[in-house]
Amino acid sequence: MARNAGRLARLKTLLEEFYVTPYRGALARARRDEDDIFMLFVFAELMGVPNPAAYYTLELQPLLLERFHEWHRRQGLEHSPLDGFRCC
Amino acid sequence: MNATILAVIGLSMIFIGYRFYSKFIAEKIYQLDPDFETPSRAMRDDIDYVPTNRIVLWGHHFTAVAGAAPIIGPGIAVIWGWLPAFLWVTIGTMFFAGVHDFGAVWASVRNKAKSVGTLTGDVVSPRARNLFLIVVFFLLMMVNAVFGVAISNAFQETPSSVIPAWSAIVVAVAIGILLYRMHVPILWPTVVGTVILYAVIYLGEAVPISLPTEVMGLPTGAQWILILFAYAGIASLLPVWLLLQPRDYINGIQLFVGLGLLYGAVLIASPDIVAPAINPNVPASAPPMVPLLFVTIACGAISGFHGLVGSGTTSKQLDKETDARFVGYLGSSGEGALALVAIIAATAGFASRAEWEALYSEFGNGGLAAFVQGGAVIVSSGVGISNEFAATLLTVMAVLFAGTTMDAGVRLQRYIVQEAGSIYRIPVLQNGYVATMVAVGFCLTLAFGVSAVLGLPAGEGGMYIWPLFGTTNQLLAGLTLLVISVMLVKLGRPARYTLVPMILVTTAALGSALFELSRYYADGGLLNFLLWLDLIIVILAIFVLLEAGSAFTRERRAAAAAAAGASA
Repeated sequence: MARNAGRLARLKTLLEEFYVTPYRGALARARRDEDDIFMLFVFAELMGVPNPAAYYTLELQPLLLERFHEWHRRQGLEHSPLDGFRCC
Repeated sequence: MNATILAVIGLSMIFIGYRFYSKFIAEKIYQLDPDFETPSRAMRDDIDYVPTNRIVLWGHHFTAVAGAAPIIGPGIAVIWGWLPAFLWVTIGTMFFAGVHDFGAVWASVRNKAKSVGTLTGDVVSPRARNLFLIVVFFLLMMVNAVFGVAISNAFQETPSSVIPAWSAIVVAVAIGILLYRMHVPILWPTVVGTVILYAVIYLGEAVPISLPTEVMGLPTGAQWILILFAYAGIASLLPVWLLLQPRDYINGIQLFVGLGLLYGAVLIASPDIVAPAINPNVPASAPPMVPLLFVTIACGAISGFHGLVGSGTTSKQLDKETDARFVGYLGSSGEGALALVAIIAATAGFASRAEWEALYSEFGNGGLAAFVQGGAVIVSSGVGISNEFAATLLTVMAVLFAGTTMDAGVRLQRYIVQEAGSIYRIPVLQNGYVATMVAVGFCLTLAFGVSAVLGLPAGEGGMYIWPLFGTTNQLLAGLTLLVISVMLVKLGRPARYTLVPMILVTTAALGSALFELSRYYADGGLLNFLLWLDLIIVILAIFVLLEAGSAFTRERRAAAAAAAGASA
């Protein structure tokens, strides 16, 4: 019984890997693109872009600052675009 | 000749190729090192670079490369008799495809998992890389056009396959949502999805779907092609997790089920091959066997498309360098096995030689139709299901292979158009919707333009370009083998094991392209745009051979200079 359960678990692992392997990178990039848009929403006001949701996103800024450096580099900005926040 | 004997001989040859020849290549030529730090370990990011179980990676490589082409190509090529097709598939798998796929993975792994396109620029020359990208674009354009027509023909010949084939999309989307959004464990969606996929065939039998014979002047085939490309365009824009990923997955499962079913039926039914070993009555419309056989069967013997897969995703996930033999060589062997069973279906599943000759009265008549017709007879007598059910099942299997390739092909073409827009600073081409329309437009132009030139019903000219598709595919294989050969020369190892296949494949592609030139000129004169497309392929093939000569001279001189420096 335990042997069968082990085999079933192994089969499940193989199927999951078989499902995920070809598209792991594509999905991770798609998820990152969504995150990047979210970062833009959160920091838009600080960069002079009017954001009607700024009141709600303001409190998220400290939580996302750790990811800010990688984000602005991905957007093609060598250095931080924010005067008040120099990460590099 | 009995089909079981042919299957046993063919599978044994492929196995011997893996067991002995690939071992020799792995140890003496590529010299795989179990301690070499692969890119999946050195550059691990858990996104693109992830060490992966070799069985999973083999499954991915095999299912990514095996599509409808190893069914259609052999189905057409047996018009010259079963023996030439059998020999090319088995010998091609052993000495050409295996070394090519294995080599593409190895070359990429040894160069930070770069794609063959990038490697062509690094190892051969930047000009060769540009050639590579042009060939890839042509290949994608043709594969989409050809498969669109193949599916359209299949829907017309087997209307009972329409509902099951489209239902697969619903099953795929359901699996995608269950797994990605609802985080349901994979086992039950797989089992239930596969059962539904086959159960819906009964529904297809009960409700066959046929489109009107004419709508706004468009015949049935053209209507299906437009619907298929509209679908492919939309599918290429959908999130990967929603359709492409689960569709590829169930397609892979189906490939294993289908292969098992077909070989099982061959062993049980053990039919005799009714087609001649070498056909003495080849129809006048058929081109000469040499060199056309070598491009009519591309996938199944050797295919350049495999190098894109091997160096694109496979190499980034290879755990150990020694796994390259199992994943690359055995992956192409799986496709050889599919081509072999397609040959058996298209030559043994007929009541008499007269029936077989009636189907093969014109070049291009066989293909998918022969596979379905012959395969259905074998499966129904081997497994005990009705002939109609077996025919629908095999049609659905082939349509799903072709459909998934179209999904991926249009998506890849869209990326190329967007990249071109970025390189040449044309913002409108960077838009996903515009790029998709451009990609689909190219394919439709090819599918419909051929019919217009030849005076065929709209959209039915796609299969006419099958040899040109094979030629382009072989040219790509030649370029990949060139990269591997130059790398071997640089390392001071014997290059003949990749160089000889490279020269043979490129020469066959060039010879076929030259022959096709005369055919296209005879069929439509200078107005036949395929003539110009083919001319570009001829020029590309000549450039490939010149680049090969130039790269080898350069590397040999460099090696001689290094040896002279060392002795001084």
